[in-house]
Amino acid sequence: MTTATLKGPRRTLAKAGLIVGLTLGGLFAGLPVLWMLSTSFKANGEVFQNPPKLITESFSFDAYTEILGNGAQLRFFLNSYIVAIAVTVLTLLVAVLASYAFSRFTFPFSKTINAVIVSVQAVPPITLVIPYFGLVVALGLYNTYPGLILTHMVFTLPYAIIMMTAYFNTLPKELDESVKVDGGNSWTALWRILVPISVPGLIAVGVYTFMISWNEYLFALALTRTDDMRTVPIGIQLLMGQHSYEWNQMMAMSILGSIPVLVLFLIFQRRFIGGLTSGAVKA
Amino acid sequence: MTSLTVEKPPPAEPEAPTRTKKSVARRLIPFGYLSPTIVLIVVLMVVPIIMVISYSFRDNVIVQENSVFAGFANYTDVLTDPDFVAALKNTFIFITVSMVAHLLLGLGFAMMLNSGMLSGVTKAIFRVVYVLPWLFTIAVIAVIWRLLLDPSGVINYVLQTLGIIQDGVNWLGDPGSALWVVTFVNIWSGYPFFMISLLAGLQGIPGELYEAASVDGANPWQKFWNVTIPQLRPVIISMAVLDLIWTSQQFALIWMMTGGGPLNSTEMLSTFTYKLAFSEYEFATASASAVIVLLLTMILAFFYVRQQRER
Repeated sequence: MTTATLKGPRRTLAKAGLIVGLTLGGLFAGLPVLWMLSTSFKANGEVFQNPPKLITESFSFDAYTEILGNGAQLRFFLNSYIVAIAVTVLTLLVAVLASYAFSRFTFPFSKTINAVIVSVQAVPPITLVIPYFGLVVALGLYNTYPGLILTHMVFTLPYAIIMMTAYFNTLPKELDESVKVDGGNSWTALWRILVPISVPGLIAVGVYTFMISWNEYLFALALTRTDDMRTVPIGIQLLMGQHSYEWNQMMAMSILGSIPVLVLFLIFQRRFIGGLTSGAVKA
Repeated sequence: MTSLTVEKPPPAEPEAPTRTKKSVARRLIPFGYLSPTIVLIVVLMVVPIIMVISYSFRDNVIVQENSVFAGFANYTDVLTDPDFVAALKNTFIFITVSMVAHLLLGLGFAMMLNSGMLSGVTKAIFRVVYVLPWLFTIAVIAVIWRLLLDPSGVINYVLQTLGIIQDGVNWLGDPGSALWVVTFVNIWSGYPFFMISLLAGLQGIPGELYEAASVDGANPWQKFWNVTIPQLRPVIISMAVLDLIWTSQQFALIWMMTGGGPLNSTEMLSTFTYKLAFSEYEFATASASAVIVLLLTMILAFFYVRQQRER
């Protein structure tokens, strides 16, 4: 914007500098990802060949078929899907109810409750994981799906409530008032009017919730024990321990494990970034 | 409006002058909607914090039936542990260097993407490339960089070919380099969030401010310091404090790249606490460390809230 006013040779120079800068930045951001992709198609013996090549003679999908043909690896994906989908559904449900209260009602302690919800985001996970361990063991939830689903909600719920409240606040109150005029109560107004027109907001919050749960590492590490309960991020780590140097498989697993998040992000990119910057950072 | 606070609810609906039973029930309605949230916050935050504080003043917690009161003994143990002091120092270097680099890279990339000289398609492509590191989970990032940084990996190959180093360097195995290397990887993985927020901030600066500066004869450099930076200041400060909080909570990256080693050179408060609890089963001492981490985070959060109020 600032350089738009430059004229002639200075403008050409500025543009050349910009393109060099952009390209260097692009290499910094993109080359590690490209190398991961390239390694996943190599035979393991070629991973550290000298000189390194982006595409080798034995280019193949073998590393992927190894991972996808292995029941133990597929179990990590199943676990991650179960946990992340359950967290997303429950978070949206609870957050919609809470955001409705914050957006449409005046009640005592609303500011205090709101402040507590916001402050949850600052509590370090490492502080929580110790009592969570004590709690899930005491409740018989150690090494179970409910234990992971419940604890993941400490990360997802505050964000979801903040973003959904901001979204509801953008919708005119007259919409839900009309239901009440027709004799409906606030419950009807929420589910018949507000929720159906809030689908874009629900998608943005849902995508973010899914990503947080899919990527969560510390609780998944500390609150599960057996390999059949591990999620994808822990599965990647286990692969690193088991076959210490099966780099091609580790990269294939990493890519397969990233696909759900990449796909969601690319589909909802605009909505998602918009929701994040307006709902969470600037609100 | 402040950043992480929910907006003030709209004014109350007009109430009937006489308070009937119906109006009392009406007043309870919002609490009905909030009840699942309140239950979850109590179970997931209030109770656990009380538990961890009480663990920190006791001994033999979790693993044994009968715990005993221990006063401040756990805190003394933690604070006099040289490993804890090392973790505190490493965490400080890790979070401050990461934050400054995130800010510089994020601002640089955001300004390049915001340039008026680029076509829409070019911008869209570079924006996706620049966001890439943010789209991979930390476990994946740790694995990628372990591959790249391997003593016989591609980074060593390039540096040797360019004649910068003689032999392959074991970047993560050398206590002299490991902390800087994990910090570098954290910088790589974390700058896109700064970039996205600053890009939104840049797009929100009214064009008239730049036009007025041009009329006054300002060059691009002066416009940057006198228009761009003052306009972005609130976003920059918020992001900086949030980043310090988030980076101080980074566990997975360190755990998967170095496990805190070699020789504690990358030990952070998070890995130190985790090891006490889940490797050594010293849950009481770990709780004392966890409470100290909580207090340090609260100091940062206090600055964040104060900054938000000023906006």
